[in-house]
Amino acid sequence: MTITKGTTVTETAPTTGGVAISGLTLGFGRGEARKEILRGIDLVIPAGEITGLAGESGSGKTMTGLAVCGLLPAGADLGGSIRFDGTELIGLSQRRMNRYRGAKIAMIFQDPTASLHPMLTIEAQLIDHYRYHRGASKRAARTRALEMLGLVAVPDPRAALRKYPHQFSGGQLQRIAIASALMCEPSVLIADEPTTALDVTVQAGILRLLRRLCDELGIAIVLVTHDLGVMSALADTIAVMRMGEIVEHGDRHQVITAPQHPYTKSLIDALPETDTGSLLHDASGSETAA
Amino acid sequence: MTLLEVDGLQVSYKLPGRGTLRAVDGVSFDLEPRQVLGLVGESGCGKSTLAKAVCGLVPTSGGSIAFNGAPIGKLGLRKRDPRLMRIQMVFQNPFASLNPRRTIGSQIEDGLRVNPDRDAWNVADLLEHVEMDPASRTRYPHQFSGGQRQRVAIARAIAAGPELLIGDEPIASLDASLQARIAILMRNLALETGAALLFISHDLSVVRVIADDVAVMNAGRIVERGPVDRVWTAPQEPYTQRLLAAIPVADGMGRLPGAA
Repeated sequence: MTITKGTTVTETAPTTGGVAISGLTLGFGRGEARKEILRGIDLVIPAGEITGLAGESGSGKTMTGLAVCGLLPAGADLGGSIRFDGTELIGLSQRRMNRYRGAKIAMIFQDPTASLHPMLTIEAQLIDHYRYHRGASKRAARTRALEMLGLVAVPDPRAALRKYPHQFSGGQLQRIAIASALMCEPSVLIADEPTTALDVTVQAGILRLLRRLCDELGIAIVLVTHDLGVMSALADTIAVMRMGEIVEHGDRHQVITAPQHPYTKSLIDALPETDTGSLLHDASGSETAA
Repeated sequence: MTLLEVDGLQVSYKLPGRGTLRAVDGVSFDLEPRQVLGLVGESGCGKSTLAKAVCGLVPTSGGSIAFNGAPIGKLGLRKRDPRLMRIQMVFQNPFASLNPRRTIGSQIEDGLRVNPDRDAWNVADLLEHVEMDPASRTRYPHQFSGGQRQRVAIARAIAAGPELLIGDEPIASLDASLQARIAILMRNLALETGAALLFISHDLSVVRVIADDVAVMNAGRIVERGPVDRVWTAPQEPYTQRLLAAIPVADGMGRLPGAA
């Protein structure tokens, strides 16, 4: 399963804007101390679709997302291929990668209070990277920022631009983080546990927003989450990861209702809330933990 | 005998400028020994304030809290009534709740010193119970991940031999796929040591897994309380119904939950 850097990719190219990952390997360290994180990932992320990455802590789902963004920690030894819009991303210089990251490929994370700078205004955080990538005037950048804040439904965008992150609730901050990610019209959005820190009612709003962005703007979204409820609501296809491999990838409905791999089955069986939905199990409540 | 009795509790905060915010507005509930109560609600509903009041960490402005029949007052500089040390708390942020300059072993020993049953535990036992290597006792908090630090915070709370363990969003700052595991660990440890658990969380699906009873809080009041299964299958209050309807169901249908 190990394909090294430079291997020709025979896989069909994705539709414009998507990402094709093939034979992706990732390890840290050398010799006996080497830890394999990803063991040959093949995944096509098409435009206008939400591709879910499910799996437990340490399964490699976050690392797969970071690899696409070129944000892996130092010492990462990456192999295989990540193709975006006809370009091979693996092995790109930081300078060339900067043209993609934040512009064509954007990301949002679990904790919006950590991804926004506490001492900069929302305006600065929305327009800086836009001006860097587009060479736009301050005025044009501000217009774009207002437009994006409107798109993600932040109330009173004009006033919001002058505020600081601590003046917003977690849900509003995640909307602002999404607005920031959308500034440069990305074709790929990596969303790593985007609603885990939020209340369920707020989460519902963010899920609807992501769905709308995917449908209206044709963005390819990678949804990384351990929450199969969120996955089932939002993802079009679900890839289940375990120990650095994709054990199953299929249509959302098939993966959840008729999982093929025993590991996927065990994940679905462990769900506490299934009785409210598909009636796979009756209410077992606290017995699960006892 | 009832372990914890909260009656008509009110807590107010002064707002900048003028005015006050009534964060907890007439809350009454009780907790039996060895019972696991999940307290859920959206951010800003007053659930953390309620937990702090039960520990004596915020002054109350009305109502009463009794623990084993003894009233709980505001925690001050004087030595705390030893009976009230049977309440232990695990906070949201394990990066802030542990002293960065002391080894985790010595911080767990702090808990052991207030335990009336001196031989109940030792540090190595406790670390094993929270699924950590006993040899790690000589290390410092910064050498651990968030999940491991929260395990240390749980070990320290259990070390004190609590009759009531309170978790105030103890899993919210952890890696998403670890959250349920730590919550289940808290439940199991509380019950194993004979403590009751008041588990506060905005994560309804985790509360569902670990709690016997659930109390739903909204705007400073408890709007509904009952056994977890009853509240989940037949919520009585419109607020609870709305909250539960917002949880996405893993049925593979691609249905987006109703937005608030």
